[in-house]
Amino acid sequence: MTTSPDHPSPTPLPPTTDAAESGTIDATLDAGTYDRIREPRGAGRLALEQGVWHQISRKYLAVQLISNGFVLAIIVAVMLVLLLVADQRWALIPGIILIVLTLAGMAILPRQVRSIGYQLREDDLVFRRGILWQRMVAVPYGRMQLVDITHGPLDRGFGIAQLKFVTAAAATGVVIPGLTQQAAEALRDHLMSVAESRRTGL
Amino acid sequence: MTDPVPNPPTADAGVSAPPAALVRSPLSDGEWHRLHPLTPLLRGGLALLVVLGIVVANMRDRLISIFVPAFAPDVPIDEWEEYEAAGDPIGWVLANNLVLIALLVTVGVLAVIIGAFYLSWRFHTFRITEDDVEVRSGILSRTQRRAPLDRVQGVNLTRPAVARLLGAAKLEIVGAGADANVKLEYLSTGNAETIRADILRLASGQRLAEQRAAAAAAGGARIAVADTVARGLTGLIEGDDADAAEPESVVRIPAGRLIGSQFASWGTVVILAGATALAIALSQGVFWVLFAYFPALLGFGAYWVRTIVRSLRYSIAPTRDGVRVTFGLLTTVSEILPPGRIHAVEITQSILWRGFGWWTVRINRMTGRSASDTTTDQFTTVLPVGTLADVERVLGLILPSVAEEERAAIVRDGVLGGSSAGGYVTTPRRARIVRPLSWRRNGLAITGDLLMLRRGLIWRMLAVLPLARLQSVALHQGPVSRALRVASLRAHTVSGPVLTAVAGIDRDDVIAAFERVAELAVSAAASDRSHRWAETTDAAEPVLSSPSPEQARFAVPGTSVPLPPPVGATELPPGAVPPPPYVPPRADDTAGEGR
Repeated sequence: MTTSPDHPSPTPLPPTTDAAESGTIDATLDAGTYDRIREPRGAGRLALEQGVWHQISRKYLAVQLISNGFVLAIIVAVMLVLLLVADQRWALIPGIILIVLTLAGMAILPRQVRSIGYQLREDDLVFRRGILWQRMVAVPYGRMQLVDITHGPLDRGFGIAQLKFVTAAAATGVVIPGLTQQAAEALRDHLMSVAESRRTGL
Repeated sequence: MTDPVPNPPTADAGVSAPPAALVRSPLSDGEWHRLHPLTPLLRGGLALLVVLGIVVANMRDRLISIFVPAFAPDVPIDEWEEYEAAGDPIGWVLANNLVLIALLVTVGVLAVIIGAFYLSWRFHTFRITEDDVEVRSGILSRTQRRAPLDRVQGVNLTRPAVARLLGAAKLEIVGAGADANVKLEYLSTGNAETIRADILRLASGQRLAEQRAAAAAAGGARIAVADTVARGLTGLIEGDDADAAEPESVVRIPAGRLIGSQFASWGTVVILAGATALAIALSQGVFWVLFAYFPALLGFGAYWVRTIVRSLRYSIAPTRDGVRVTFGLLTTVSEILPPGRIHAVEITQSILWRGFGWWTVRINRMTGRSASDTTTDQFTTVLPVGTLADVERVLGLILPSVAEEERAAIVRDGVLGGSSAGGYVTTPRRARIVRPLSWRRNGLAITGDLLMLRRGLIWRMLAVLPLARLQSVALHQGPVSRALRVASLRAHTVSGPVLTAVAGIDRDDVIAAFERVAELAVSAAASDRSHRWAETTDAAEPVLSSPSPEQARFAVPGTSVPLPPPVGATELPPGAVPPPPYVPPRADDTAGEGR
């Protein structure tokens, strides 16, 4: 079929529908999430004037800590086996470097996950993440090609999922991790419906 | 030929033939057709001939001794026997009296190969319907590929040297996505040209525009008459086959300049450096270098020559259905890019070209090829080398929405300029450490529906992005940038050679630009109609109460039943409840789009 948008006028949907919709969706999106976005403190930081950031589930931190802990355990195990069983003393050097890096990653995780946020604006989705290296992306809903929801085995155990918003540009890279299952599905349905009404060509 | 009656718009849209008024080739009538009969020869048969040639060349002596014994090598017969016993298969066959069986096997294998080629040709069919182009191929495992015409990103016609001799050409319909192209290889050159014109005409939405006009006129008979008249008029104005006429190129690149530009390139520098290193090594008596690097140098040289040969005979010209870019000396490629398929444009000048005042123009676009296909580089260069005047003319073709004075401004402020003139927001003085040389020039501007990113003082480049094609926009900031209160802006488009980022812009300015770009990207895309480019000319005419092309398309001509207003048109004041009589259900909305 054609790519013609159904709506010939560039006028967006009447705000009433959006307001009504987001009123119901907000509760789902914000259930069990962090409530304050973590931003860099410097005055030169990137910040939007207005809008409320939706954040991700607190369970995501637990999932990340557990999976990082697994990695750490494997590194330690491999290092110990090499050191004690095979008597390879050099294994200490890469082993310790990897352990320090993983521990440092785990130490900043609680701050990092608080910095992930997204805004559902009238015509686009804004996604932000990172504190030291800040990144903020705005994607018009109409550019959506597809929405992916994925969850690993650990994610499933905690009832969270990851949502990926795919456009024709590979660099867009909007991946929202750690949404609750309900939030991910609600967000997907919301994105599908708003994208449909704002559909444009490539 | 095609049936002379144009299809009523109410007919089954899936498989209906294109309206006769829009197609000129007998092959694009909605029926299945086969490709050029020489296709098997061109696609694989040549390899078979080469193999046969090698076999014959290797058996030359033997063939001579069999057929012309007088020229046989002067070898005693018993030595021949020895030679044969040493494992020569032909000798073995002769010695064991298996000539008949061997011949039968050879003929059988040949017959199977030829049969396979023939069958694959017979089973390889294509058709062009009102909405799609479809290709079926394969004998045992059948493949069927259908590409919607309104998603066409470009149509290119390639004529490899051998195929050119036989009057055949490859037609490739470029789709959006990896490995999304539909290839019709091979067609006769004439057919390929007219089919390309047909495909583009069907994709252009001219049919929809005409139907809309027809729907405005009352009565079926009048439509038919109007259609005939319109067709006659089109024929009068355009000539019988307007697209066959070779459009005049707007840019003329002398062959000398093309070759010169290639000489003044990094490739030459590499070759010269390599050759010098080789010469020094040889003079010092280090001969192993010769074996190690000479082949690489030779290969690079061949690549260098091929680049020149490929860009020779370059032309760029406007056609009704987009910009037509042609290049190549031996293998000619001519590609038509419909409007609105260009996602980013970059004007750059390599430092080696600075003295000559040469520039190159590259674009980001959907190539629709699989990642393994490496022949894409030329398809992204719309101007291999040209002066600023050439650049301006090319910009006029590939960004038709830009007015002429604006184009001049792009060149003056964007390409050459080095200050904040022309609305450029540049790197603040305090952050000049980020761009020590180019900080005065490094910047961005938003004009109308374009985003412009200007970079580089020594290596000047300007990226121009139509906001209607922009996929998303991002801001990045690291600790150093934060301390300097600056940030970088990256615009995301489909992948291509254009760099779409600019760093070190003042924090407040860049946030404002981010918001503005995000907003304009939405509005520009909503008002963009270039994917059905021929409609735009008729869009201004108040022919129907509902301007939506989809609705006009499904409307029955002659009946002026008012259609329900589209969802977007039901404008309500903020806070109001939608009126009860007509609440457009979302499900219907989705079904109407039909994705």
